[in-house]
Amino acid sequence: MSDPKLVQIRGLTKHFGKAPALVHAVDDVSFDIARGEVVGLVGESGSGKSTIGRLILRALDLTAGTVEFHGREIGKLSQREIRPFRRRMQMVFQDPFASLNPRLRIKDIIGEALDAHGLAQGAARERRIGELLEIVGLQADHAARFPHEFSGGQRQRVGIARALAVEPDLIVADEPVSALDVSVQAQVLNLLQDLRQRFGMAMLFISHDLDVIELMCDRIVVLYLGRVMEAGPADVVSRHPRHPYTKALLAASPRPDPDARHTRDLLKGDIPSPLSPPSGCVFRTRCPLADAACAKAVPMMRNAGPDHYFACIHATETTSPEHVR
Amino acid sequence: MTLPAPLLDIENLEVTFRTEENSVTPVRGVSLRVDAGRTTALVGESGSGKSVTSLAVMGLLPRPAGSISAGAIRFRMKSGETSNLASLAPDVMQRLRGSEIAMIFQEPMTSLNPVLTVGEQIAEQVRYHTGMNASAAMRRAEEMLGLVEIPDAVRRATEYPHQMSGGMRQRVMIALAMSCNPRLLIADEPTTALDVTIQAQILALIDRLRKEHEMGVLFITHNLGVVAEVADDVTVMYAGEVVESADVRTLFRNPRHPYTQALINCLPARALPGADGRRVVRSIPGAVASAAGVSGCKFAPRCAHTLAACHVSHPALETIDGGQTIRCCRWRDL
Repeated sequence: MSDPKLVQIRGLTKHFGKAPALVHAVDDVSFDIARGEVVGLVGESGSGKSTIGRLILRALDLTAGTVEFHGREIGKLSQREIRPFRRRMQMVFQDPFASLNPRLRIKDIIGEALDAHGLAQGAARERRIGELLEIVGLQADHAARFPHEFSGGQRQRVGIARALAVEPDLIVADEPVSALDVSVQAQVLNLLQDLRQRFGMAMLFISHDLDVIELMCDRIVVLYLGRVMEAGPADVVSRHPRHPYTKALLAASPRPDPDARHTRDLLKGDIPSPLSPPSGCVFRTRCPLADAACAKAVPMMRNAGPDHYFACIHATETTSPEHVR
Repeated sequence: MTLPAPLLDIENLEVTFRTEENSVTPVRGVSLRVDAGRTTALVGESGSGKSVTSLAVMGLLPRPAGSISAGAIRFRMKSGETSNLASLAPDVMQRLRGSEIAMIFQEPMTSLNPVLTVGEQIAEQVRYHTGMNASAAMRRAEEMLGLVEIPDAVRRATEYPHQMSGGMRQRVMIALAMSCNPRLLIADEPTTALDVTIQAQILALIDRLRKEHEMGVLFITHNLGVVAEVADDVTVMYAGEVVESADVRTLFRNPRHPYTQALINCLPARALPGADGRRVVRSIPGAVASAAGVSGCKFAPRCAHTLAACHVSHPALETIDGGQTIRCCRWRDL
């Protein structure tokens, strides 16, 4: 193996509950994350993006499919067997108010991560905590404080320091800036970019915000109702989207430019319930290109260029003019 | 040329919250206007005072702690007469809410009554304001659900809020707001909890209703993309004050206040190419909280253009060319 992928996901599937109330959260999802690569998962609610993040970290058990980490299949390992892998993958959560224990001091929140893997003790532990706080743009003497003494942006920095404490190869960042004000969002995005540059870890970056995804990611995976609609290099997918859902998502995202305002072809209707996803292509109930053929079979992935795939039987493979957002 | 009188004209509004020990003023020096048939976006980050401003207009400040301590909120009613909402008695204000001014919120689930069908909730409001009988009010409710493009409105009127999706619930809220034909709609982050494809539908709906009913809209949001999408006029707030206002094109093309400039520049869509090929978002150092206890310009601790004078004197809101207003003592040299 010359270029082993850091993470290789094949046929990942997660169903919750039992029939007739079976929720199809994730269905047959496959993609890779290379070492040091940032892959963005984008989609609306119910698209399965957070569930995929949790399945990779094995915070949830898989219904079907495989997850390979460093070439080792970890999808079926027991919670005890998975522990050594946990050190190499960490999570940053959306809500910096809910994800830090309010009764612990910052040094104990970060220290817990070190203790769990026996990484540093005594004076070395203290030094490491101070160092981690400085890495994320806080001060070493913040270690004795409690979470409530910090603003939302600072708390998110603490959450990032906790994830970095064990020097992971992969960080799953689930909507890490969605709860923050725009001006603070920018600080945290730049911090994540700097850290990636400095430590070279890979990231699975989950967001509903296409502008953020495009900025942060090397590749994008577009999800709808638990299935991959399109995947490819970030700039290619956002400039030359092939799948009608990707196009609709881009068109619906508000642009900060009053002159770009135009009447758009809005997607009609609501996202169907994952309890009873449509047969064939899950997007067909809202798709402008849909016809009877779309209901018959789940569309195969088609190749649209280097490393660029989409799942639609009607969209064209040829290069379209630059998509106007 | 005389401009038509605005529908809503807020002048130097100040809101104070008092507790036994102390008092805080989350909003002061807020002036803004909404014209009939136009949308004014009120934009700001958390803690900017935008929601408190809207609650003051609705007469919904939590009593007895919160009160309007200075300023005027002039509102032109259906009758053509103008009254100052800041000094109206609570019972008069209650009759205006719903019939003259209506409001929709971010989370429709917490604004709707979970034990009444959506039809009953709209009918109840119609009966309160118009005295219609029950069956006529229910027909009006069904008509309103149709107006907000809810398919199969007669059947959906018999459903409870929990049976509907977030987008449908927000449509119900809008139907409720529109049911007595208000002149002014206050929309407080109405699409923040929704997915983008649903957000686009709701923004288009509010826009259609504004045009058809010549209604003024005060649209409160933190999202500059949404501002660019819906607003005719924009008022920017920071730390409880208006810092700039302009028509939407001027605001995005030629923002004058350093805060407005910085806010637009820190959008991911405006990221700049960095040295190593990746793009870098420009950010504003610090956080809004640093404005507490500032005696000069509230933005001075985070501003890139601060002079010694900025920390000392508090700038007034000045009107410059074309009706643009700005609160910055350095706007001439920046």
